[in-house]
Amino acid sequence: MHAPAPVPAPVLASRRRTLAIDVLRYDPQAPASQPALQRYLLEEVDGMTLFIALNEIRERQDPTLRFDFVCRAGICGSCAMVVNGRPRLACRTLTRDLPDRVVLAPLPFFDLIGDLSVNTGKWMRGMSERLETWIHEREREVDITRIEERMEPELAAAIYELDRCVECGCCVAACGTARMREDFVGAVGMGKIARFRLDPRDTRDDGDYYELIGDDNGVFGCMSLLACHDVCPKSLPLETWIAFLRRRMVLQAADPFPSGG
Amino acid sequence: MKTIVTDVLVIGGGLAGLRTAIGARRRGHAVIVLSLVPPKRSHSAAAQGGMQASLANVTKGIGDNEDVHFEDTVRGSDWGCDQVVARMFVNTSPKAVRELAAWGTPWSRIQRGEREAVINSQKVTIAERDEAHGLIAQRDFGGTKKWRTCYVSDGTGHAMLYTTGDQAIRHGVEVRERVEALALIHDGERCYGAVARNLVTGELIACLARATTIATGGAGRLYRVTTNAVICEGIGHALALETGVAALGNMEAVQFHPTGIFPAGILVTEGCRGDGGLLRDVDGRRFMPDYEPEKKELASRDVVSRRMEEHIRRGKGVPTRFGPHLWLDITLLGRGHIEHNLREVKEICESFLGIDPVEQWIPVRPAQHYTMGGVRTRHTGESPWLKGLFAAGEAACWDLHGFNRLGGNSVAETVVAGMIVGEFISDFCDAPENNVDLPMSLARAFVAREESKLKALLARPGGENAFRLLAETQETMTRFVGIFREADGLEEGVTHLQRLLQRSRDIGVTGKSWGNNPELVAAYRVQRMVKLAITIAYGAHQRTESRGAHFREDFPRRNDREWLKRTLAFWPDEAATLPHLRHEPLDVAKMELPPGWRGYGMKNHVDHPDTAARQSEVEAIRARMKGRDRFDIQEALMPCRDKLPASLTGRNERLGEPL
Repeated sequence: MHAPAPVPAPVLASRRRTLAIDVLRYDPQAPASQPALQRYLLEEVDGMTLFIALNEIRERQDPTLRFDFVCRAGICGSCAMVVNGRPRLACRTLTRDLPDRVVLAPLPFFDLIGDLSVNTGKWMRGMSERLETWIHEREREVDITRIEERMEPELAAAIYELDRCVECGCCVAACGTARMREDFVGAVGMGKIARFRLDPRDTRDDGDYYELIGDDNGVFGCMSLLACHDVCPKSLPLETWIAFLRRRMVLQAADPFPSGG
Repeated sequence: MKTIVTDVLVIGGGLAGLRTAIGARRRGHAVIVLSLVPPKRSHSAAAQGGMQASLANVTKGIGDNEDVHFEDTVRGSDWGCDQVVARMFVNTSPKAVRELAAWGTPWSRIQRGEREAVINSQKVTIAERDEAHGLIAQRDFGGTKKWRTCYVSDGTGHAMLYTTGDQAIRHGVEVRERVEALALIHDGERCYGAVARNLVTGELIACLARATTIATGGAGRLYRVTTNAVICEGIGHALALETGVAALGNMEAVQFHPTGIFPAGILVTEGCRGDGGLLRDVDGRRFMPDYEPEKKELASRDVVSRRMEEHIRRGKGVPTRFGPHLWLDITLLGRGHIEHNLREVKEICESFLGIDPVEQWIPVRPAQHYTMGGVRTRHTGESPWLKGLFAAGEAACWDLHGFNRLGGNSVAETVVAGMIVGEFISDFCDAPENNVDLPMSLARAFVAREESKLKALLARPGGENAFRLLAETQETMTRFVGIFREADGLEEGVTHLQRLLQRSRDIGVTGKSWGNNPELVAAYRVQRMVKLAITIAYGAHQRTESRGAHFREDFPRRNDREWLKRTLAFWPDEAATLPHLRHEPLDVAKMELPPGWRGYGMKNHVDHPDTAARQSEVEAIRARMKGRDRFDIQEALMPCRDKLPASLTGRNERLGEPL
């Protein structure tokens, strides 16, 4: 028999604080709007996340406050924002891990929709179109009545590791290069390339990938500041992939026909 | 007025909507998808556990095929489903998994040889066949005879959604993000598209289309505690209901998932129990074998949820200031398994509870999870009442799930329905008899009507608070229309909801912005949500039996004699506070699997008068055809070969079943 779990989850422990939540507010559509911090005071409750806190503010204090949540479970990547200077998923941020004063700002880099809401969707679609983030298969039509092609279990697991990105935008928001180059594909984009590069179902080779990321808007733009790696809410080893891709792309540039062709 | 014209309009950018759109696009039609959020943020991403498809690759799946999957699905539905649709589904699901595999979904694969697994809390050794090495793996899930659930580690929905979302981009499917449909444009006979609102600018758009598809997912947010994302508010259901012409089917069939983490309601996957996790009570006792000696933790969701609440009522819950809960124990699965196969679960426990499930038990309680009811359609996905209106996925009731959906059948349904309905929509658009002149003046009238409703909300001084009305709706549904239901409570619930509906007609919005205004959004949505809540509560009140997830304490038996029927709800009078309900009988004489005991849960149902005759007929057919192949027998029992689109009629190859 296994011992019963003796302790109730710590979120249920009792603790009372009044949080001062300062939100950077701005409505780019309203000509009169000026960016400014607005303070909301909120009594903390057990297990409070920023999802709970912001909704309570909107429902009880200020119905005009704009922010984005969808799954509220850390799965969908909608709610990335800058929390006390650091990009992170708001839904997965417990207030008990934050100081009494919390400053919330929208992710930089992306188009601002209003207050904490930014248009990551538009940017991510553009990135996908540009990098063609889908399998470029050998045959146009696979016979789906037939047994599927085999794949080594370790390889499938390794591809999933690279597939876990939720396109939240934290890596781009934290990126120094993205500040300087608006066409930088970001760690998210390079992660996609690493993912399809690993996938034997994709027929593209390093020459093809070089065309997509072999420049300063791709792997050679990265300054290895590692912020993407540090802030990724899925703890993806982004810098490792970028370094790996950079080596491959350098080899590709040095010897575009390694097979001697 | 801005007007967009397209062939196929798809409302909803989750898996069902995207796969439908890809299907129509591949057949050469122009497609526009309206999505509240970027498609990859849809609630489809939250499906952690897996997708049922009878590939029979793993050892524990040997012998599985469409027939076994069909029976599991029908039993799971408590005979409430449309068996022809269930057949179409089980035949297509293996194709859907394989299509996704070809598109790049990193399905977890089989490793040949022996491995350890936990079954029924016992460590066992399972040997996988050499010839299965590298094929797509299956895991165990509630309510199934064979291991049939294909999965991608524990991020199945995410991986499927990203694959499909990227395919939609590849196929040039146009997605209008942050755009919401407010009303369907129709003349009472044909649907011509929808009035849409840009959630950023507030602009109203007339989207005119030859075919319109509702693929908006479920309505979990009608309840206080739900596993559903915040966008799952049932607005697509309400759009159909508000036409006054199209009907919703079986809205009272609402599934509660046994393991929402307590108290937030965030889902931890059934895979936890499928892989060997146990439910324990305040004393640390594993209680499910007391109630369900055969299936234990892996009985169907409605049964497990009810047993858990029953156990809590007996005082066996763990008391907290938020109310009682039970424990989910996955510690016995070991760190390696949890960190590899159940990592999302571990992340959720760490991030939202601050516990490590390798060491500690997880506090859980059933939470609203799935909306079996939906826009009632034919097997083609089209509404029988409004030509050109289609529905697919959780928002639809073509009726795969009846009164209870099996785990792993929902995310499977999204892509399967998309594959099937996408073809039927294309056929519809291709058929010359469906040509239509899109009516601009009608579109203009619908846009004007929506505009005046929005202006009224903004103009009203004071008035009811939309957020408060929503909270009261959720409280009412949770209290009276939850896991246990009875006449007095349902009556009180309906009455209370009717009052809320009347109050919702007097909502005033304090922030006056026409554009990006979350309060205005809450206001017009809650008006629709209350209608939907009434439809559920009233349907539950009328249905004086228990079936699947619909459990009446005052009528605890399934009653096929009176209630082998589908509830249809119409809302023809906008000023009314109740829908019109009709009950459409299911034809026992045509069922491949006549009603019986599910194999778990209560045994004391009341038979339909035609059941015995049909049962002997089925047995006679089986006896007569002894020795014939299973496909011929199936066709003799319930003809459905001509039901699927031609491109999807092929048989499915398996290791033990070559084509």
